[in-house]
Amino acid sequence: MSYTPHTDADRAAMLAAVGVGSVTELFEPIDPALRLNRPLNVPAALDEASLAREMAALAGRNASSSTHVSFLGAGIYDHFSPAVVDAIISRGEFLTSYTPYQPEMSQGMLQAVYEYQSLVCALTGMELANASMYDAATAIAEAALMAVEATGRKTVVVSPLLHPHYLRVLATYVRTAGYTLVCTAESDLRTSLVDPATREALSGAACLVLQSPNFMGIIEDLPEAIRCARDSGALSVVSVDPVSLGLLAPPGDFGADVVVGEGQGLGLAQGFGGPLLGFFACRLEHQRRFPGRIVGATVDSEGRRGYTMTLRTREQDIRRERATSNICTNEALCALAASVHLCAIGPQGLREMADLCFQKAHYAHRMLCAIPGIRPASLSPFFDEFALLLPDGADVVDLIDTLLNDGVIAGLALAPYRPDLPTGLLIAVTENRTRQDIDQLASAVAEYLTGRGPTHG
Amino acid sequence: MGEPLIIDKGRTGRRGVLMPACDVPRTSVQEALPGVALRGRLPLPEVSELDTIRHFTRLSQRNHAIDLGFYPLGSCTMKYNPRANERAARLPGFAGIHPMQPAASVQGALQLLFDLQSWLAEISGMDAATVQPAAGAHGELLSLMMVHDYHRQRGDMQRDVVLIPDSAHGTNPASAARCGLRVQPVPSGPDGLTDMAALNRALSDRTAALMLTNPNTLGLFETNIGEICDLVHGAGGLVYCDGANMNALLGVARPGDMGFDVMHFNLHKTFSTPHGGGGPGCGAIGVKAMLEPFLPVPVVTCIDGVYALDVDRPHSVGQVHSFYGAFLIAVRAYNYIRSLGPDGLREVAEYAVLNANYVRSRLRSAFDIPHDRTCMHEVVLSAARQKSRNGVRAMDISKRLMDYGFHPPTNYFPLIVPEALMIEPTESESKETLDAFCDAMLEIARDCEATPDIVRSAPHGTVVSRLDETAAVKRLDVRWETKSG
Repeated sequence: MSYTPHTDADRAAMLAAVGVGSVTELFEPIDPALRLNRPLNVPAALDEASLAREMAALAGRNASSSTHVSFLGAGIYDHFSPAVVDAIISRGEFLTSYTPYQPEMSQGMLQAVYEYQSLVCALTGMELANASMYDAATAIAEAALMAVEATGRKTVVVSPLLHPHYLRVLATYVRTAGYTLVCTAESDLRTSLVDPATREALSGAACLVLQSPNFMGIIEDLPEAIRCARDSGALSVVSVDPVSLGLLAPPGDFGADVVVGEGQGLGLAQGFGGPLLGFFACRLEHQRRFPGRIVGATVDSEGRRGYTMTLRTREQDIRRERATSNICTNEALCALAASVHLCAIGPQGLREMADLCFQKAHYAHRMLCAIPGIRPASLSPFFDEFALLLPDGADVVDLIDTLLNDGVIAGLALAPYRPDLPTGLLIAVTENRTRQDIDQLASAVAEYLTGRGPTHG
Repeated sequence: MGEPLIIDKGRTGRRGVLMPACDVPRTSVQEALPGVALRGRLPLPEVSELDTIRHFTRLSQRNHAIDLGFYPLGSCTMKYNPRANERAARLPGFAGIHPMQPAASVQGALQLLFDLQSWLAEISGMDAATVQPAAGAHGELLSLMMVHDYHRQRGDMQRDVVLIPDSAHGTNPASAARCGLRVQPVPSGPDGLTDMAALNRALSDRTAALMLTNPNTLGLFETNIGEICDLVHGAGGLVYCDGANMNALLGVARPGDMGFDVMHFNLHKTFSTPHGGGGPGCGAIGVKAMLEPFLPVPVVTCIDGVYALDVDRPHSVGQVHSFYGAFLIAVRAYNYIRSLGPDGLREVAEYAVLNANYVRSRLRSAFDIPHDRTCMHEVVLSAARQKSRNGVRAMDISKRLMDYGFHPPTNYFPLIVPEALMIEPTESESKETLDAFCDAMLEIARDCEATPDIVRSAPHGTVVSRLDETAAVKRLDVRWETKSG
């Protein structure tokens, strides 16, 4: 393939205009000893048709939601994305535009971001949302660093039931910035803040970070956690699944300071975990410490309403090392997808979507817990994801591999994350799963346990 | 006419896409969630599917894009985004896979990551690469975290200063501050290159790293790069390459061969993945062998043709993304590299540099060019002449370009050039497009002399004119208001 339009005549005319005899002369500022004197060792070029075949073959080596019925969640969910979402984000006017630094030529994207900010605020019950962050993990990390700035305190307290990857990202950011991370206790797979060590840590903390539903699918007691944080002078940073907010009250209702989360469930592909969409919303009082871009409405010189990036003096290109964040490229097109998704399904659609997830997950929970030897890992309330304990000695990885061959992705083996739950299996059920899918999972698990379980070798 | 907000198009009870009926026996929400507060108001737009399509299609028509016209933004590499890459990224076997599936069920995805990372290492002259960072600034941050840990691992605890030229992108100092490092600016010399004497003075046993963009933000190749790297290494520091300008070097020269220890790529610049109005992107990084142990987990491995994800890396900095980075962006970049091959990649650099020099040669008579010599992929003009003679600023010229259908160049950057207009044409643009752009620039230069008011009050043909930025801050309006807030 070639994406350069130059003809030989163009090339000759341009070289003449520049006043050089060859393109090689243009690279003379580079010391010949530092130039590459061989072709790059990458595969030879391919035409579009041949490459498309090769890519299809590579993609065909993956089990996907088109080939398998998936009960895997843990932060990325197989939700339905209406056709309008891809239709809009495929439009070249959005897809191939740059960051809207020049508002007169970027009103479409700017208004779309303003609407996205409004939708995130409506969903989370907050006052100010940014134009997006990379993913939930980095949104959490940015929120924690903002809390350090806001409070002058250098300890971040976090629930151990935060997604283990988010926890690892938060730990990386907090450690390299020179601050301290402390984990709370837990009880019945819920965050526990009552023990003296946690109380002590919270009393000097910049923030309390927790996720609801948490990594184990359990709905946390947010009113209590947010009150605890406030009583200690710490900010509360709550990570939520936006789909769950069709059913559950938003953290803003309980006075959360920062609400973040992963927006993938709002119309984005699972895509092997990226690109994702971190949303970030907070109270207006944090507007000067807020990370990332914000779009505001204003008027033009003729009094017409228009949109522009605003509160810009927080940003890296102006404030440099004193910026509130280093973020530049964000996830604008993913934010657009989420906006289109929310508009396409509307409030009633989101309520029904959340209800379907809840109903199907609870049906699956009943069916699976009816299998002899399977117990729920917790009796706490859950939304669309739950952890089960298989019989002692059961090999969860082998179960998952076995069911994979039958076209079912059974869930996530918890042992690598939770050595205390060696037979733990985390299962997510979205509105995309049918009763037949769930029955298939339950009978396959039952069959595995009776046929190939530990007692039968 | 502006496009109304979509919330204002809603009518109570109007529906768009419908959800399926519930096909399982119902569970009582109240009984299953005792004491859990449930959703009250949910003030989202209630619109039809056609309302949604029309609204966002109309918004799209109020936007400039590469698909519509020239986008000569310096340091942004707004090249053509091939649609073949889009089709590849939408294959169900890529778009529909979950990041926590068993490795055996995602061998194609892992192979793609493994191969892309090895190609990026080859293209940059590095020993290893990761696509985990989601943006260039994210790659910078990750790199500095690794540099931070590298020094500490060696017992060099005091190295906390990052040297950054005054011409650098703002993300460089912001990223350094993000991981607790102090920033020390290094001035550029009168030739627009790193001032060697100033660099020498700035180096000390506290130097953690030098962050350098090469070609630099003036579009000039740092001709002393070998010596610069030797100096920093001699002082015990590492050298970081901001790879935003890698488009100039593809297949021609490699940062690793110049002495750089670590660099980031912007797959959304150099490797043609779309900018999407600000993202998503991918800020992959490449490192030399001594930094490899510090790479974030998980690392994709290949043993006897079997791909796996390795998290058992004791010196790893940790993790900087929820999963493995923007995989579907990596798919697009993979497709791009595969479509061009070694000769095509080199051709990218050659035409990017030819195009920039052609624009330079056509505009040098009408605009000041502070460093008027062979440039790489971009050229920085100055409107200082127009400002002092006619009271027309770089921003005015930029706004006037919109009336010709061109997106403006980058303005007021780099900071060391007064009234900067930074033009990066990229290899995608034809001679006709460049000529039309240069003709417009020359006409604007004449207008600056003859009718400067037309330029100062531009743009005249856009959907809105200049916006009141002060009012935007003073009367902060960052979301629509709905009843009871």
